[in-house]
Amino acid sequence: MSIKVVLPAAFVRHTDGQKQFASTAENLPGLIADIDQTFPALSTQIKDEGGKLRKFINIYVNEEDIRFLGGETYAFQDGDEVMLIPSIAGGSR
Amino acid sequence: MEYSCSAYELKCNECGKRFGNQPLSACPDCLAPLEIAYDMELARVTFTRANITAGPFNIWRYAALLPIPAGFQPDLPVGFTPLVRAKNLGKRIGAKNLYIKNDAVCFPTLSFKDRVVSVALANAQKFGFDVVGCSSTGNLANSVAAQSARLGLKATILVPADLEPAKILNTQVYGARLVRIDGNYDHVNRLCTQIADEYNWGFVNVNLRPYYAEGSKTVGYEIAEQLGWRLPDNVVCPMAGGSLIRKIRKAFNELIELGLVEDKPVRFFGAQATGCSPISTAVKQGTEDILPQRPNTIARSLAIGNPADGPAAAKMIRATGGWAEDVSDIEIVSGMQELAETEGIFTETAGGVTIAVTARLYAHGRISPDETTVVCITGNGLKTTDALSDQYHPERAVRPRLVDFDEYLRELDGAPEPELAEELAIAGVSHVH
Repeated sequence: MSIKVVLPAAFVRHTDGQKQFASTAENLPGLIADIDQTFPALSTQIKDEGGKLRKFINIYVNEEDIRFLGGETYAFQDGDEVMLIPSIAGGSR
Repeated sequence: MEYSCSAYELKCNECGKRFGNQPLSACPDCLAPLEIAYDMELARVTFTRANITAGPFNIWRYAALLPIPAGFQPDLPVGFTPLVRAKNLGKRIGAKNLYIKNDAVCFPTLSFKDRVVSVALANAQKFGFDVVGCSSTGNLANSVAAQSARLGLKATILVPADLEPAKILNTQVYGARLVRIDGNYDHVNRLCTQIADEYNWGFVNVNLRPYYAEGSKTVGYEIAEQLGWRLPDNVVCPMAGGSLIRKIRKAFNELIELGLVEDKPVRFFGAQATGCSPISTAVKQGTEDILPQRPNTIARSLAIGNPADGPAAAKMIRATGGWAEDVSDIEIVSGMQELAETEGIFTETAGGVTIAVTARLYAHGRISPDETTVVCITGNGLKTTDALSDQYHPERAVRPRLVDFDEYLRELDGAPEPELAEELAIAGVSHVH
């Protein structure tokens, strides 16, 4: 099983220019662990002092906010496109 | 006339790092939203009552505390909308010192978005963007389209496909490229962040957002100035993404810091539709953790299920001792009608939300009748007439003859009072058949 992970441009400097990568993570905690291993520089940026994903980062699976899918309990499906998006998007009428 | 402003630059709210001036909305390190920080010492010299009152009757009188690039020469008279004493509405809802800040008449496209867009596009030009855009539920689309046309910029505007027809038309008429997206506003906005990453376009509410949002401060400056350089006790504000309510407070705080108004606490109250109420839900639950919602309300301009400034708005409301409420679609329509019937102000559905919430705040004793309260109306009802389509029906046409008009009145109002009938008879008008 493999998922495609898409990153915002702001993160590319922490991934040696990679805008996306493949992961075999089965869920969100697994994906964060994968990022810890593969892109340690990125890992320090996306987590707060307590090791939790920063509140300004939204996770989308395909077109859906992962919180509507069960959040950390959601099991990634083969071929899922997982996007990390800054929460700056949102909030303009 | 060229306007001078204080020195300013982008600053991360979370980690405090500064980033100069560039089209950037999120901190590259922690992704927290960026805001504009000013040289407030310089502002003490430039942002004075004398300088402000010598300026034009529009938002550019406050240019010294707006992020306006050097050399920018604004010629669009946006803002300085009326602050209306609302005695009639006040009587109905139990308020004695109620004011309406009426941005339903803001120039050029009848919403408060004209303020933010004028600041955003000044910066878009400075950064050299040929193409500008936005994600919008309507009012922002209208304003970007109109002001881009005037400035000679190409505009690409993305909206949810189910937008109100009037808001679609009011974007197309200015020649903007309108892209309808099969999804809600949150879907549209996510796509726009990706487009902004890929294309060299200036999105006013994405990569130009810190500059754009500062335009909202002018609502706060105007309220204070129009109250005679005083702050109100309370402000009631509609909330979509949660930016406006925070920026009005920022304006008040800047005025206090610079000694232009008396330092006093102002309570802030947020209004949402129950069908999309992530911020009011958080306030009621005593948290600033925003749980996203799937919007389902006629107040589509407030239908942002995952508001970027929601956590900060919820925190601010609670810190000021305010509150947030949400109202049903039926109450929203009643709110629109109430404001129109009492004050002659026709607001869109978002204004219906705000009026209905205001009434509830008084009814529940969260605002006392004597307190000076300003209610922010941010958009015009002509853009959302479909929300009222079930409320009014055309009456039958009347033939152009007095006897037919008499008959018509009797149908509507019943038989005339005896005294009136007698007077009419003396006047030679026969009413009794």
